[in-house]
Amino acid sequence: MTKKLVIIGAGMASGRALEELFKLDPNAYDVTLFNAEPRGNYNRIMLSPVLSGDKAFEEIITHTAEWYEENGVTCRFGEKVVSIDRARKVVVAENGDEVAYDKLMFGTGSNPFIIPLPGHDLDGVIAYRDLEDTNAMIDLGNKKDAKAVVIGGGLLGLEAAAGLALRGVDVTVVHIMGHLMERQLDEAAGYLLKKALIDKGITVLCNANSKEILGEDGKVKALALGDGTELPCDLLVMAVGIRPNVKLAQDAGLMVGKGIHVDDQMITSDENIVAVGECVEHDGAIFGLVAPLYDQAKVLAKTLVGQEDKFVQKEISTKLKVTGCDLFSAGDFAEAEGREDIVFRDPARGVYKRLVLENNKIIGAVMYGDTADSNWFFGMMKDGEDIAEMRDTLIFGPAFQGGAPVDPMAAVAALPDDAEICGCNGISKGDIVAAINAGADTLDAVKSTTKAATSCGTCAGLVGQVLGLTLGDDFKMPEKETICKCSDLSHDEVRKLIIAKELKSIPQAMQELDWGTSCGCHVCRPALNYYMVCAWPAEYVDDGKSRFINERVHANIQKDGTYSVVPRMLGGITTPDELRAIADVSDKFNIPTVKVTGGQRIDLLGVKKEDLPAVWYDLGQAGMISGQAYSKGLRTVKTCVGTDHCRFGTQDSTGLGIKIESEMWGAWSPHKFKIAVSGCPRNCAEATCKDLGVICVDSGYQIHVGGAAGMDVRETDLLCQVATEEEAIEVSNAFYQLYREGAQYLHRPYKWIAKVGLDWVKEQIADLENRKALCERFRFSQETYQVDPWAERAKKGVDAHEFEPLADFTKVAAE
Amino acid sequence: MSQFIDIGALTDIPQRGARIVRTHGGDIAVFRTAADAVFAIDEYLGDKAGPFSNGIQHGNSVTDPIRNWIIDLTTGETVGTEDDVIPTYDVKVEDGRIMLAASAIRAKVAA
Ligand code: SRM
Ligand SMILES: Cc1cc2nc3c(=O)[nH]c(=O)nc-3n(C[C@H](O)[C@H](O)[C@H](O)COP(=O)(O)OP(=O)(O)OC[C@H]3O[C@@H](n4cnc5c(N)ncnc54)[C@H](O)[C@@H]3O)c2cc1C
Ligand code: SF4
Ligand code: FES
Repeated sequence: MTKKLVIIGAGMASGRALEELFKLDPNAYDVTLFNAEPRGNYNRIMLSPVLSGDKAFEEIITHTAEWYEENGVTCRFGEKVVSIDRARKVVVAENGDEVAYDKLMFGTGSNPFIIPLPGHDLDGVIAYRDLEDTNAMIDLGNKKDAKAVVIGGGLLGLEAAAGLALRGVDVTVVHIMGHLMERQLDEAAGYLLKKALIDKGITVLCNANSKEILGEDGKVKALALGDGTELPCDLLVMAVGIRPNVKLAQDAGLMVGKGIHVDDQMITSDENIVAVGECVEHDGAIFGLVAPLYDQAKVLAKTLVGQEDKFVQKEISTKLKVTGCDLFSAGDFAEAEGREDIVFRDPARGVYKRLVLENNKIIGAVMYGDTADSNWFFGMMKDGEDIAEMRDTLIFGPAFQGGAPVDPMAAVAALPDDAEICGCNGISKGDIVAAINAGADTLDAVKSTTKAATSCGTCAGLVGQVLGLTLGDDFKMPEKETICKCSDLSHDEVRKLIIAKELKSIPQAMQELDWGTSCGCHVCRPALNYYMVCAWPAEYVDDGKSRFINERVHANIQKDGTYSVVPRMLGGITTPDELRAIADVSDKFNIPTVKVTGGQRIDLLGVKKEDLPAVWYDLGQAGMISGQAYSKGLRTVKTCVGTDHCRFGTQDSTGLGIKIESEMWGAWSPHKFKIAVSGCPRNCAEATCKDLGVICVDSGYQIHVGGAAGMDVRETDLLCQVATEEEAIEVSNAFYQLYREGAQYLHRPYKWIAKVGLDWVKEQIADLENRKALCERFRFSQETYQVDPWAERAKKGVDAHEFEPLADFTKVAAE
Repeated sequence: MSQFIDIGALTDIPQRGARIVRTHGGDIAVFRTAADAVFAIDEYLGDKAGPFSNGIQHGNSVTDPIRNWIIDLTTGETVGTEDDVIPTYDVKVEDGRIMLAASAIRAKVAA
């Protein structure tokens, strides 16, 4: 008589095991297959394309009714096995039926882990595991204005979010860790992934703690976070991990740890019972990806027909396909002593690659955006290949590996002489080499002789390489970044000494700090002046001559020597009277261009320098003050229309913006400082790319910091959330002051935060006493600096010499 | 002997400040250094550089506000190159008055 094989679970692992078994001996067993899901085996991995609409469910079925029939499998789908009697060798189905076995196979897979938050059993809280879950998400996409929250920023959560977004659902991902997919990706790759998801319209909240699921009439309504934010949703997907499904095996008295214990032959502690797939634990490991399950299935089939084989765990890599993003990760990429990194970034293409090396071997790899070479790296990693020979070019992949190792400066060496190195100033490699050969042997010397790297500065690295290449070992890139070539001190050192030695004038500082030049240069003077302005608000006498022309004459110099004038428009609000005054001034002074700026105000461009005071006077008569569009200081506070008009507004964003701007205008800082206030997370004021951005939410105000949208585009990080307008204003003042006191001159907040760490900044602001003290210091400083510089010049004649010629011979007839 | 014209008091220009002298041939920038030395150079070098009176002064140099070139006020040379030289004019201080060579104005008008 044929032996009886009973299988619990028609999943990917048991399905493969059956195929292998029938290949070896189609007649060895009489098979009965139970499955809790009301269907047979399908490719679970492909649920994501079903969710996103790329595939129909029919296309991902791996075993059809015909297949089961041809192979004589008795299917009991939609029926759960509820218990096992090992003594009598029978399984008991839900309806009480008993089915006898000679061999029993567990293929019960995993259960999605559901965090036992209050409300987790509400209707509309689902996991992402099977077709039912997938269909629930698809149905949501058919509803108008549907919202979903996904808890979990791992592979499954992101697949769910990406699929939902493609179906038009407004999705927010809530992730407890600092970056997405932290187990597979490092921070940099996690950041790129986050950016890509945001581009797809998904809201991503990292470092976010879920507190409670809120419901109404038994149905989910919103997710409440630990910080008080409420995220409204019609569906909540929990994708926070899986646990091997072992309950039944445990009840049956099998040896169970994290999973059902199996040996190398996939046999459990009962010799008649085998197990395969995510439900097993082998040699301490459990499994969550299909590759090892297929190996297990092969071994298991052999065991069932009495052949020798052995399951061996292999190093695995993940090549993931979070809908539309290419990522790869393998091995161990944590930082540790003795490990080195090779990193390649191409910000323009959004590519990031990182290899982790130990003893000249690759032990980990993370790739984002371009995974073409991942197999090659993975191969070398598995084989433990020594990469010392090709270390310098390894990251460029196999296409780059010739016989001999390539010189890291090869790329620059290979450039022809006429290749442009400095785009701003049109300086070629040949020009630089010629200057070096004529004696310019430092970066500074090359800068001053050729003008290369003196504008935007982004070519300085290349110029350095040309120096290195031409001079060989004689050239060393400067190690410490000194404030400028006048001094051996760094910015931070200078700042500390200004306070410690109570230096209160520029000449005093230069004397005490042993400046190498008599009176500094155009680089150190503005920095010193700012440091003094910040350190000694009531005492220091601002030195206009140490300021760049724009800050000296309070307008932006144009390339033709004329100036532009931008009056302040608090919070982007103007009036007919102001607009009339702007129109009149433009007519009166023949101002050629009137332009709406990107900062929600109006720019009058092409004003003659000598007309400036008169233009300001007229604007001042209409109540307008300087917009400081020229300053390393507070620029604009952009706002959206908020609750006054917008149906989504949660707070008075315009009003708050005006209050913040009223309090903060006029202050100087290391670099310019931009603020925006949005009335809700739709963020129409673009607050998340500002130095400080406020996002109003139902429960208060989220303060975000460290954004930028200039040469680097940066998204803000959440600093804190507060409940009232007063606190929002206090936090804004305090953060600005912290930045003003700490950052090096010409560093925007994001650069400074990168240096001191976001956590440190958060601590400073979270400490209420400290926050208050910062705010008080800011307000004290404002007593000195919040004066309208235009009024001073237009009415009181401050710096009149700037605007009038010393002598005018054009009024005398030419000889 | 060249002729000089009184263009104003030394105190009309603050230390490390600069002012313009307008002529039919274009502007001349007059600088007063921290050490009270006085220099006169063309405000613009064609459309290559300038307006220099708007730059930050240090020592006997000024930094072009638009391009960051450093100009030696004593010679008009841009530091490190001989190619670009900004025309300079004789200027001196007598009894607290700034005296500019009359030839400067003639030279500009003729140019
Ligand atoms: C007028 C305006 C363009 C416009 O017509 O819209 C403008 C004009 C200038 N920008 Fe800007 N920026 C203007 C909005 C922006 C924005 C958009 C925004 O603020 O929402 C950005 C990107 C956001 C940001 O700053 O992160 C922007 C990024 C820059 C940068 C790059 C900053 C960076 O950190 O990478 C510079 C260069 C710099 O500051 O060193 C710059 C510098 C300049 C200067 C001041 C160049 C200069 O130093 O002379 C331009 C002056 C033109 C003039 O003569 O008036 N501008 N600039 C905008 C004035 C807004 C306002 O009302 O005050
Ligand atoms: C959306 C999604 C995307 C994925 N993407 C990838 C990927 O890209 N790459 C990758 O390698 N892996 C991926 N996985 C993981 C992969 O699908 C699993 O590793 C694999 O399906 C596990 O196979 P299994 O047979 O062990 O379990 P399952 O496929 O889960 O099968 C177990 C079956 O047992 C049934 N069952 C449980 N208990 C009983 C009982 N008492 N009685 C009867 N039946 C029972 C269950 O209903 C289930 O059908 C993904 C998973 C999901 C959900
Ligand atoms: S950010 Fe929100 S409140 Fe403000 S205008 Fe946009 S949708 Fe309305
Ligand atoms: S490219 Fe050289 S300074 Fe901008």
